[in-house]
Amino acid sequence: MAEPIKDKVAIVGMGCTKFGERWDTDITDMIAEAVDEALKDAGVELKDMEAIWLGTQWGSQVVEGGVVTGTLLSSTLQTQYVPVTRVENACGTGAESLRGATFALAAKAYDLVLVVGVEKCKDMGFGGLPSVWIGRWEPVYGAFGSGPGRYAMAATAYFSKYGLSNEEGKRVLAEISVKSHYYGARNPKAHLRREVTVEQVMNAPMIAWPLGLFDCCGVTDGASAAVLCRTEDARRFRDDYITIKAFGMAASPGWGKEREDFDFTYWDATQAAARAAYAEAGIKEPRKELDVVELHDCFTIAELIASESLFLCDEGKFKEQMTDRRAYYHDGEMPVNTSGGLKSFGHPIGASGCREVYEIYKQIQKKVEEPSRQIANVQMGLAHNQGGHPGKFVCGATVVGTP
Amino acid sequence: MAGIVSYGAYIPIYRLSRAILGQVWGGGGKGEKAIANWDEDSITMAVEAGMDCLQGIEKRSVDALYFASTTPPFKEKQSASIIAAGLDLREDIIAADFCSSLRSGTIALRAALDAVKAGSARQVLVIASDCRPPAPNSAFEPLFGDGAAAFLVGTEGVVAEIAASYYLTSEFIDIWRLECDLLPRTWEERFVLDEGYEPHMKKAFNALLKANNATVKDFAKAAFYAPTARSHGAMARAIGLDAKTQVQDPLFDSLGNTGAAFAPMILVAALEEAKPGDQILLGNYGDGADAHIVKVAPGIEKLKDRRGIKRHLESKVMLENYGKYLKFKNLIQFEETPMTRTRTSLPAMWRDRNWQYRCHGHKCNNCGKTQYPLQKRCMYCQAEATFLEEVPLSDRKGVLFTYSMDERAAVVDPPNVLAAVNLEGGGRIFSQMTDRDVNNLRVGMPMELTFRKIHDALGVHNYSWKCRPARA
Repeated sequence: MAEPIKDKVAIVGMGCTKFGERWDTDITDMIAEAVDEALKDAGVELKDMEAIWLGTQWGSQVVEGGVVTGTLLSSTLQTQYVPVTRVENACGTGAESLRGATFALAAKAYDLVLVVGVEKCKDMGFGGLPSVWIGRWEPVYGAFGSGPGRYAMAATAYFSKYGLSNEEGKRVLAEISVKSHYYGARNPKAHLRREVTVEQVMNAPMIAWPLGLFDCCGVTDGASAAVLCRTEDARRFRDDYITIKAFGMAASPGWGKEREDFDFTYWDATQAAARAAYAEAGIKEPRKELDVVELHDCFTIAELIASESLFLCDEGKFKEQMTDRRAYYHDGEMPVNTSGGLKSFGHPIGASGCREVYEIYKQIQKKVEEPSRQIANVQMGLAHNQGGHPGKFVCGATVVGTP
Repeated sequence: MAGIVSYGAYIPIYRLSRAILGQVWGGGGKGEKAIANWDEDSITMAVEAGMDCLQGIEKRSVDALYFASTTPPFKEKQSASIIAAGLDLREDIIAADFCSSLRSGTIALRAALDAVKAGSARQVLVIASDCRPPAPNSAFEPLFGDGAAAFLVGTEGVVAEIAASYYLTSEFIDIWRLECDLLPRTWEERFVLDEGYEPHMKKAFNALLKANNATVKDFAKAAFYAPTARSHGAMARAIGLDAKTQVQDPLFDSLGNTGAAFAPMILVAALEEAKPGDQILLGNYGDGADAHIVKVAPGIEKLKDRRGIKRHLESKVMLENYGKYLKFKNLIQFEETPMTRTRTSLPAMWRDRNWQYRCHGHKCNNCGKTQYPLQKRCMYCQAEATFLEEVPLSDRKGVLFTYSMDERAAVVDPPNVLAAVNLEGGGRIFSQMTDRDVNNLRVGMPMELTFRKIHDALGVHNYSWKCRPARA
């Protein structure tokens, strides 16, 4: 009989590199940087790690494609024959890596494990994500279908469904970007650290209509790491540890774009993952019970729709319930992405899921790098991490909190 | 009686005003010419003309496909086989390319007539399609247009009988491309016209009329090839046609010289206006000449409802500048970036041929829903594959459900417009949108499907279906 995972596993140390365009830093440097910080934070040594999960979409093969294994980490840090599992679930890699480590601990296969997420995106030579994939739908189906292009279809559909003019719709999205940049500016580790105005966002160069430059997250280098153990052992490492409350994980059937009854304005896998996570964590009213949400906002429209599909506000009511009430600011009723989010903290693909948990961990511990974005009292938070594109997501909803 | 059972045509939506060429190179020029989009070539235009021709016709009745062009996109590898797949014709047909000659359209027509007369095929689809790149600032540049014409040839339900023909073959060289040439070469125009076009074309017309005891007065219209507007007028005068009433407009001012498709397209234009009982004098030139007596039969009026030449000509978008024209014609080299990297897989293309080329979707016999592309399980009710039945979707109209415009995609003509189109009768297709005016897109607008080139990854033309705003 399966048992809930709630409170069985604790995070006792975390690390996160400076995110950004790190021209002078290799993927191996970033792995070392994040792991060193996490180990130091937990007060442990690398040799204490019994198993390691390495989450990365492209690993070291970003330019030419090819095989990436756990040896990317073992050869970098010279670990000696412990298992290193390479995890890849597109932009949802981070949640999946944490999930694997958590279940291994719950199964009592190990006592102390390490999770690392990393991506080196800026070695490609252009602005945009690397495109080395040779997938099932190559060569012609969905050819040239980029992240911005696919997410922008959801924006068009949302504007159309709720009768927003392009101007009105873009303004709602612009407010989200202004908020993301506000927090990016207050986060020393963030990629984008400049505040912007609604007018700047609305007048920015177009990336994929209707999404402009400031509607899109940065293409970012970075790494994050976590040290985990079973909760009964956590006090050996620190008092202010946090515990895993729930993992909701859902892979959508994947043909949303092609189904006549899918309108792009809600995300079924996101709803399914959220429902599963809330049920396991015992959350009935997420907007009231969650103190902070780190949400997968690779685009402003992603924050809008995910907020609705995670039930942080009602469907079609984002503007009224989030924007107009400034609910999503750190002192609002439903703080979202006080780190700057993927949008401004940055989105190194494999590192993002673990990085989201890092922000909640620091918020709970009242140790965010810059106090002006510290939320007064955080007991429980949600890290939402998803890969794919509207109509075809794999989504992870990770609830963490105080024990 | 053997002849044309149905006809169709295709003209790309883009036009280049000759005034733009005048701005770039100096000089003048009136009118405009039709220009294929960057994702079009003689294969894709042939599929379009074939669809126009085959509307309302049972595709299974087509026993052979003959493709005529001087610009087959593959130097080695048949084009007709890809066109047949795009048109979703049967597999057990004969397909053939009639290439290299400007006259290949009427040569293929003769082969089709011979086949149906001999009874080796019930109906043969003949498609002439050409997409010739003229050298910048050459005499050809203002002249050359792109387009295609299609004829279904048979013995039953003939609307235009090819009553008599005369064929003349000549080794005369006036325009050519070597195997390594992208652009056509030619000789001094006086030689080309005085010793080539005029005597050959005239000889074919005269021999045809003499053998059939006919005179030019017997014809309602003459539809014939000429290299230029001026030589066309001269030929009309030389054989005694009344310029006001008897000459089918050769469309130099609106279409341009479309090479191997030119005479067939002018014939389609003549048939669109023809009345039962009319006789049309058809003439074609290149490596010799041929001439034909086309007798229009009563069924012709049933075929008026198609785009053909007239409606395709009316549905147009003007290219805004010469740079875009050079890009569409692939006549200019652009900066290569690390982003412009695409791949293909011939095994994947082969496995997926029924949906990628034939535009087949699945209809679920459990829940009734139509879906594209082909599935392993119903995407609506999860029914097993045994419930899924292949259905053709390429003819279905649709409406735009949502879209986006990606300015940064590594495509030839950004933005890359991604679209979800809901089809009439069921089904949704997610695809790239082509032939679009980016300033005039809106959710809910009428759409249709078109067979296009997706990219040339790894040196292969990779075709599949895109959507486009429905043409008038």
